[in-house]
Amino acid sequence: MEIRTEFHKRLRSIQDEILVLGSMSSKAIFNSIEALKYRNLELAKQIIDADVQINQKRFEIEEKSIQLIATQQPMASDLRMIVAVLNIITELERIGDYALGIARIVIMIGDEPPLKPLIDIPRMADKTAEMLRRSLDAFINQDVRSAREISAEDDFIDNLYDQVYRELLVFMMEDPRTITRATRLMWVAHNLERAADRVTNICERVVFVITGKMEEIGASKY
Amino acid sequence: MKMNVTLERAAETNLCVTKLRTDMVSLFYGKFQALRNVSLDITPCSITSIIGPSGCGKSSLLRLFNRMNDLIPNAVVKGKVELDGTDIYDRAVDVVDLRKKVGMVFQKPNPFPMSIYDNIAFGPRQHGKTNRAELDKIVENVLHRAALWEEVKDKLGQSALALSGGQQQRLCIARVLAVEPEVILMDEPCSALDPVATLKIEDLMRSLAQNYTIIIVTHNMQQAARVSDMAAFMMMTEDRAGELVEYGTTSQIFTNPKDKRTEDYITGRFG
Repeated sequence: MEIRTEFHKRLRSIQDEILVLGSMSSKAIFNSIEALKYRNLELAKQIIDADVQINQKRFEIEEKSIQLIATQQPMASDLRMIVAVLNIITELERIGDYALGIARIVIMIGDEPPLKPLIDIPRMADKTAEMLRRSLDAFINQDVRSAREISAEDDFIDNLYDQVYRELLVFMMEDPRTITRATRLMWVAHNLERAADRVTNICERVVFVITGKMEEIGASKY
Repeated sequence: MKMNVTLERAAETNLCVTKLRTDMVSLFYGKFQALRNVSLDITPCSITSIIGPSGCGKSSLLRLFNRMNDLIPNAVVKGKVELDGTDIYDRAVDVVDLRKKVGMVFQKPNPFPMSIYDNIAFGPRQHGKTNRAELDKIVENVLHRAALWEEVKDKLGQSALALSGGQQQRLCIARVLAVEPEVILMDEPCSALDPVATLKIEDLMRSLAQNYTIIIVTHNMQQAARVSDMAAFMMMTEDRAGELVEYGTTSQIFTNPKDKRTEDYITGRFG
């Protein structure tokens, strides 16, 4: 017989809110690259404004978690769940910050002529958003195997980042006038690489909730 | 006093890293089996909590350690219960002597209807100490150790029944300490106390654990989590016999229990 129904209801509602925060961060990443692709400065400004809401949501979840700890004294897997929630919301908020950084770069680029058609950077963004969505699925479904798989896929992002880096380096060496524009794209790629690393941190927390073990899985080479 | 010799020798040579041990212990009250195959090693100078739902045999297990179950007719113990490597159910064991070494604090404070001083001096007097100066020293010493001295030093002659519930419970702990036990058994020692008195007792337990081996039965899981080094989770089987489900460090039991039944119980998924 379930005897802490109210407590577990509140815990589940916190998990639902994580999904909301996750979708806000994921949308921010997606939009930031849309803004970059189409030079949509209006969209870039919206991302900057929306970041306030991401931060707000993170604090809301944090406060609810602290209240649950203070009033309900969670134990065992419930305790691990709340500790994981506190970590995951920080990661999601930082992912939002990377999207915000990209939006600022988009505004900096303004209407400068494009250096090259964007191919790998959107692929990095798509993959990051996909990994993020799946990591939250793994969190909700308590799927340790999937969490480990997603972490391993960070190599794919790292390889794309290498590729973007080398390509931009060639541009800069061939024509130093491209240095400013190439450096900005490099920042974008770097932000995406960092965001994907945050996803692997989320996966580590999923493993912790289920197994109780803190382990680094799929350490990024960056 | 065959047992004494054995116990002292064991303690002197420091052979035992286990203070108390139960080895496949079963307890029967007539036909009813209260405990089944409980095996547990308790390290010296530590606090072990026994938790579990009502009727799972926590108190029965606790009472095995100073043979309190002997007082119940038809109680039969199978398996071994050892103190410092000696079977305490051996015929040669003197029960009075065992209970001196293994003291007990009960759920409700139960001071004797006499003065604070006489409550403490009662045990030592029973064991032949009558010298006033010596008794004075014992009374002051144990009241200090029970963190009660400052509150009662000016009214040692007053009735112990006039003390508050929390003070009475600390007096009962002091009374146990006065006969120089090695192990202190506590059966829900805070269930009749308010939260502040409870925290005082817990604080006292932590300081006593430097010199004594403490085993506490508690329904309050937060208390077990706060105070104990090791935790044992017990449950009833279908035929209502109590079994030890999981035994581990308190931090492991409360953050990452291995057994699903422990997990379900301490997270309140059944109870």
